[in-house]
Amino acid sequence: MSPVLSVENLRVAIGSREIVQGLSFAVEPEATLGIVGESGSGKSMTVLAATGLLDAPGARVTGSSVLTPEGAGPLELVGARRSALRRVHGDKIGFVFQDPTTSLNPLLTLERQITESLEAHRSLTRRAAASRALELLEAVGLPEPEQRLQSYPHQLSGGQRQRVMIAIALACDPALLVADEPTTALDVTTQAQIIELVRTLQRERGTAVVWISHDLGVIGQVADDVLVLQEGRPLEHRGVVELMDEPRHPYTRELLAARPRLGASTPPAATDDGEVLLSVRDLDVRFSVTSAAGRSIVHAVDGVSFDVRRGQTLGIVGESGSGKSTIANVLTGLVRPHGGSAELAGEDVLHRASHDLRRRIAMVFQDPFSSLDPRMRAGESIAEPLRVHRLPSDGRPRDERVAELLELVDLPAAFAQRYPHELSGGQRQRVSIARALALEPELVILDESTASLDVSIQARVLDLLRRLQSELSLTFVFIAHDLAIVQQMSHDVLVMQRGQTAEHAAAADLFADPQQDYTRRLLAAIPPDRPRRAVG
Amino acid sequence: MRVAPRQLVVFLGRRLLYSAVVLLGVLVLVFALVQVVPGDPIRLALGTRYTEEAYQALLAASGLDRPLVEQFFSYLGHALTGDLGVSFRSGEPVTALLLQRLPATLSLAVVGLVIALVISIPAGIWSALHEGRLSDAIIRVTSQFGVSVPDFWMGMLLILLFSTTWVLLPSSGYVALSDDGAQWARRVLLPGLTVGLVAGAIMTRYIRSAVLEVASMSYVRTARSKGLSSGIVVRRHILRNALVPVLTIAGIQFATILGGVIVVEVVFAWPGLGRLVYESVAARDYSMIQGSVLLIAAMFLLVNLIVDVLYAVVDPRIRLS
Repeated sequence: MSPVLSVENLRVAIGSREIVQGLSFAVEPEATLGIVGESGSGKSMTVLAATGLLDAPGARVTGSSVLTPEGAGPLELVGARRSALRRVHGDKIGFVFQDPTTSLNPLLTLERQITESLEAHRSLTRRAAASRALELLEAVGLPEPEQRLQSYPHQLSGGQRQRVMIAIALACDPALLVADEPTTALDVTTQAQIIELVRTLQRERGTAVVWISHDLGVIGQVADDVLVLQEGRPLEHRGVVELMDEPRHPYTRELLAARPRLGASTPPAATDDGEVLLSVRDLDVRFSVTSAAGRSIVHAVDGVSFDVRRGQTLGIVGESGSGKSTIANVLTGLVRPHGGSAELAGEDVLHRASHDLRRRIAMVFQDPFSSLDPRMRAGESIAEPLRVHRLPSDGRPRDERVAELLELVDLPAAFAQRYPHELSGGQRQRVSIARALALEPELVILDESTASLDVSIQARVLDLLRRLQSELSLTFVFIAHDLAIVQQMSHDVLVMQRGQTAEHAAAADLFADPQQDYTRRLLAAIPPDRPRRAVG
Repeated sequence: MRVAPRQLVVFLGRRLLYSAVVLLGVLVLVFALVQVVPGDPIRLALGTRYTEEAYQALLAASGLDRPLVEQFFSYLGHALTGDLGVSFRSGEPVTALLLQRLPATLSLAVVGLVIALVISIPAGIWSALHEGRLSDAIIRVTSQFGVSVPDFWMGMLLILLFSTTWVLLPSSGYVALSDDGAQWARRVLLPGLTVGLVAGAIMTRYIRSAVLEVASMSYVRTARSKGLSSGIVVRRHILRNALVPVLTIAGIQFATILGGVIVVEVVFAWPGLGRLVYESVAARDYSMIQGSVLLIAAMFLLVNLIVDVLYAVVDPRIRLS
């Protein structure tokens, strides 16, 4: 069989910088090529350039990329005219992008968004296109497809929107489907459903798929062949089983070793002795949501209780909207709860918390890009809480303490002079951690603190956190959607579902023998360790 | 476009209620104006005609001798029935004087807004879609110029060109549309062009940045990935989404012109609200000032209400949430 897409020596340069440096690959019908790499490796750029959808100003694409759809002659996509590209986009090549909340037009009905490409390529009448749109919504498993045709994107959940994106991509039965991190913005259970959906549709229609992901676990589930990219260079291109079983390139080995895997490490043992530092009882948080149509109450946290012992970690997991972050916001005083209590070593955290008590709780946020002030040097960011609390109290120079904190997070003291844009993502998150530790807190709340980092950097930051916990006997509340890293980090785990406690147990017990269906579903949805092709 | 009727009624009801509350607040402030100004408004109103008897007569007629609460409710009651009192200066009813000025103001505002939209929509869109090219640079520089020049100077420049150098259009005066349509058009053109050019320059910049922002959104890439023609991508996906911020700025510009562009009205001897406010302030004609402020506030609220309804028509997230 001849390949659907055949790419030879593809290069993309912007100015004098070569972002993609000579890639060659081919995708056969019904097969899936996985492209893996960390942020900045050029994965998306490669595929957009190869399919003629790259629209970066000043980008020069050279090399060759030939599309040979069944029943049609080959077409060179590199350097093709816009009109030629328009004829294949949406017709022979379908695209699914990362974030389903932004990749659908908020002002158009689902029907309109699906029928657009049908009208453009198949010259169907509005009516015929509408009935085809209904078939597609049924095929991608959207509940109540008839009513949904007239819905708008904001009325759908993230997973449903991604199903609609897939319906749009497959509307004209393309020979090639390009999926650019299609599950990265989704919960793990939704991710598993989307993977199954794409595989089923691919089998039914014989579509070739290029699947881009930073997550080797996902790639293991979808890909037949894998191409590993680093800084625009191809490092390894082999069958998925061989690549994962016997990685040849050190970078591939590093990626495989760094990826969080369930069961790869035993959770730290929880002990029942030891002082309870944080005690939360019957926490209840309600938000009143005001919209044009009136007010409604969202019960974000509903009767949640837990204890965290000094020097230990409580992991909180759950899907988006389960109330994880709301708990963090209550503990740091950003959100006022409706009811319940929270005590830090016997002192009330929720009401009239003193300046001094607030100092004992610190938080590290998810996004190191937006949680540091771009106009402040790293040192100033770290010194800010010290200044507010007039520390150090023994009259030592503040710079000395800043240097000490930087050393604590394994950064050279000279980094105090750098601005956030001069730091990498991992370095920024280290600065955020140093800032959180500046006031010598007892409790540190880590809200998805490693979620936006590449796996290799995430692994190092997690190591740092564990080391700091044992050195400084810190207590962590570790909020994450990734169960594998929660397993690595936590003594106890709280599983949340729609604001309520689904399960609360010692990590070792919870992962070995989950008691609740919901926990089992979450665990089952995690991409298994072995690639699907190896299992059969 | 489908509209769920019940939700739209609820939406409209809420917006109307909100406008009523704001209007009541304005009424309180306007009422308080007379109480807090230094000096005795009646004495000021009488000026050289002052005699003790005249003073007492006007005091009783204006109701300013009654208790404050009573005065307020009386003012509120009258205002609701359209009676805003009599002008201290001319003795004529404030409402009638305001209504006299309204056609001139509306003519100027509508013509100005139409000119602004005719200029800014194509210029803003073109500029955004040709970002970084020569045409974009020309539009940006020109609109920066339009934003920077004072409107009276623009007015004088236009008079110099179209009334003095080429004697094409009259430089001042107003003829009602109902009296003589052709004369109305000839006379409204220059002042309309003056406010329209300035508002158009401001709006061009807004539209350009709104279109640029939408063009970088992920759903525009989705639209392109469907292989749609660039015309459809621009019209259906970019422009509709850029409309919401454009509505906001168009509403603000329209309401601003309605509220009176005093200097332009003076330059063109235009009998609009702006000049009425100016003359009333100069004469300390408090009942006239109160009436004008109330009318201007009501027009602002009406324009905002219309803009809000248009938002709901364009954006299903506002309509259906």
